[in-house]
Amino acid sequence: MDLTLHVWRQKGPQDKGKLETYPAKNVSPDMSFLEMLDEINDGLIRQGKDPIAFDHDCREGICGMCSQVINGRPHGKQEQTTVCQLHMRQYSDGDEIFIEPWRAKAFPVQKDLIVDRTSLDVIMQAGGYVSCHTGGVPDANVHPIPKPVADYAMDAAECIGCGACIAACPNSSAMLFTSAKVAQLAALPQGKPEARKRVKAMTEALLDEGFGNCTNHYECEAACPKGISVKFIAKLNREYLKSLMPTSTEA
Amino acid sequence: MILDGKAPTGPVETSWDRYRFDMKLVNPSNKRKYKILVVGSGLAGGAGAASLGELGYNVDCFCYQDSPRRAHSIGAQGGINAAKNYPSDGDSIYRLFYDTVKGGDFRSREADVWRLAQVSNNIIDQCVAQGVPFARDYAGYLDNRSFGGAQVSRTFYARGQTGQQLLLGAYSALSRQIKNKTVTMHPRTEMLDLVVVDGVAKGITVRNLMTGEVESHWGDAVILATGGYVNVFYLSTNAMGSSVTAIWKAVKKGAYMANPCYTQIHPTCIPVHGEHQSKLTLMSESLRNDGRIWVPKNAADCEKPPSEIPEEARDYYLERKYPSFGNLAPRDISSRSAKEACDAGLGVGPGKRGVYLDFKDAIARVSQKTIAERYGNLFDMYEKITDENGYERPMRIYPAPHYNMGGLWVDYECSSNIPGLFVLGEANFSVHGANRLGASALMQGLSDGYFVIPYTIAPYLASIKNPGAVKEDHPEFKKSVEDVEAQTNKLLSINGKKTVSELHKELGHLMWENVGMARSKESLTEALKKIPEIRDEFWNNVKVTGEGKDLNQQLENAGRVADFLEFAEMLTEDALNREESCGGHFRVEHQTDEGEAMRDDENFSYSAAWEFKGTGVKPELHKEPLKFERIKLAVRSYK
Repeated sequence: MDLTLHVWRQKGPQDKGKLETYPAKNVSPDMSFLEMLDEINDGLIRQGKDPIAFDHDCREGICGMCSQVINGRPHGKQEQTTVCQLHMRQYSDGDEIFIEPWRAKAFPVQKDLIVDRTSLDVIMQAGGYVSCHTGGVPDANVHPIPKPVADYAMDAAECIGCGACIAACPNSSAMLFTSAKVAQLAALPQGKPEARKRVKAMTEALLDEGFGNCTNHYECEAACPKGISVKFIAKLNREYLKSLMPTSTEA
Repeated sequence: MILDGKAPTGPVETSWDRYRFDMKLVNPSNKRKYKILVVGSGLAGGAGAASLGELGYNVDCFCYQDSPRRAHSIGAQGGINAAKNYPSDGDSIYRLFYDTVKGGDFRSREADVWRLAQVSNNIIDQCVAQGVPFARDYAGYLDNRSFGGAQVSRTFYARGQTGQQLLLGAYSALSRQIKNKTVTMHPRTEMLDLVVVDGVAKGITVRNLMTGEVESHWGDAVILATGGYVNVFYLSTNAMGSSVTAIWKAVKKGAYMANPCYTQIHPTCIPVHGEHQSKLTLMSESLRNDGRIWVPKNAADCEKPPSEIPEEARDYYLERKYPSFGNLAPRDISSRSAKEACDAGLGVGPGKRGVYLDFKDAIARVSQKTIAERYGNLFDMYEKITDENGYERPMRIYPAPHYNMGGLWVDYECSSNIPGLFVLGEANFSVHGANRLGASALMQGLSDGYFVIPYTIAPYLASIKNPGAVKEDHPEFKKSVEDVEAQTNKLLSINGKKTVSELHKELGHLMWENVGMARSKESLTEALKKIPEIRDEFWNNVKVTGEGKDLNQQLENAGRVADFLEFAEMLTEDALNREESCGGHFRVEHQTDEGEAMRDDENFSYSAAWEFKGTGVKPELHKEPLKFERIKLAVRSYK
């Protein structure tokens, strides 16, 4: 099939950037979206032009590196699929495709489709962990964890930290991302001792980093390649409210 | 030279305990005087950096991705082994040790493997304490499944994303240390040289991938945990950025490369579909718990839809050839059997390079819902890539390059032959011998990072009289930066006709055909002739656009491919030298009448450590003899 691509080109963080048009000829339906871009890039290099810069690494949908808004949707039109797992059979001959970077104040564009997502690491550093030391922990089976609880924690833990939720949100909110970690750890006995401290610290960090608040559009869930549910945002809010109440030892 | 692995002598069962008692320590208030550089942020590097930071050392950690959470350990699907024996099915530290030595075809160091088996249980405890959501049963206890090469269920898992969950655990520990300022993180930074001062590793030179700036960092010790090199085959299950570069730079500064020919070809990957393909996707080995592998008995049936091929016309070849392990035969054996079936014209799918992995019987036994709970994400991924439904039609799979057992030579302390240079995880060669068993890579990465290096680095650091004495103002650092910049300028100035990926594909094709699953003297000799030709063409005809002082992904790739083009020759030399078949290294000249690998213990019971002597010059071989005191050498049989 033959396609027309409109790709965001931006030389650096200070450049204004603009869309440029490239024809994509003889695209095989078995190619992945990124393999299609590889071909475009090989063509650009042969012409002595700068290839399109885009983030990618594992190409199996788990590392969270790839990050493109395709025809207005983060990761493109296939549900629960990262760009690297999107295949060209989803498109038809003659289609026009617009490819842009994640757009959010907290994700400054570095070049073309590459953005800086360091702000997500900062949120995690604020409290996205259990403060256990290496060694000196009890046997793994000391705390039985009911299967539904373990499954709930795993549903939240599947987040790959790509940032599609933020790119999809009209407020550029990082609530889904943050809630996934807060909910995972708050559900488990290992995470409970620090739950109050964690939710406060991570929520503050997300505001400090320039992300917006949640106003229940649910665009994040629709865009999430791992199908992380907005129910975790409700859990985040509940955990936050709980953290405002004095504990029995503080009262 | 005869190398000494410095493994503790005496009974292997107490070797690690005795080592820890005898070792020199660095007292807590002195730890802050030392700076340690950790390159790589995967299971080994991330866990190591976090644990060393927690002990009080100053740690700088580097990764090429935009966040340490994206290291390719994240791609591991199936699980992590430990000798917990929770199912009470006969497991023990000794059995895990034995299975790993045997699985590695008796080409690993006993004491290192014992230590791995011993700390495997601590790893599970550690991960659970971090909040890793392992699979559990309805009583709330941890669940296990089976992997290849074992007759017990010792594999802990988190759906089909175990690597991801373990990495996020290590990443959380690392994040905590970054917050505590014991670890400074340098993402989007690639190591391009090792700085050696008077024979001792004292720092690294890196390129900032966002700005293109080249800069050096000093450290009292350098730890490489930079993963695997099987992208030398171009198509593999590794991430696109996985490369040999960091360890190859160390080799060029004198570190020995051990057993580079031990590469693992994973039996269950989605087959190659076309010319434009950039990578291969693994389907976890755990699928072989429930899936049955078969090909048609008659070549005439290969084109038919699988549902039209009756039971009696199918050859479940693994169950037939290895009745006691069946579909869970080890990876090297399963891969070779798939290749044999396809070579015999019995392959299925496009190009007839594929075999069926069939879940029909498992679905009939436990329901599709249960199968979906166990492997749902894998079936989804299979469908996205192939447009076929794996529940309704058997999956098609074929072997693909996946892992390397070879890597930088290290002694028992994970120290390379260059003092001050330590190597962890897949980047070293230590525990898997000639073949790695499934679910053992995660175990090794975390073992090295959490429970080995925090101990074994201490004696070295304690021996340094003046920590921090050598810094970036030393002439060797300046020279290193100049060398890296010179290579960048050279790559940008060639302005030839071929792209980096074209040349990488040429190398990969040659390596896969000649140095892949079946190797012969002829194929290897031919590869040794052709690799330098591709390398020459690369340095005369590659086209890299853009600038050095800018974000330039072509330049990054060009540097990695340039290193593969040198390293490929050493890998091939090793394969040619090893006149035996063992594990992942199969020489067609050395096989039994039944086509099984035939070891030559009399002549090859050693680790081959190669010293770089210059590009295009034959490397020098050093040997570390292997001693088997606890386990008796035997023919490895899974029948």
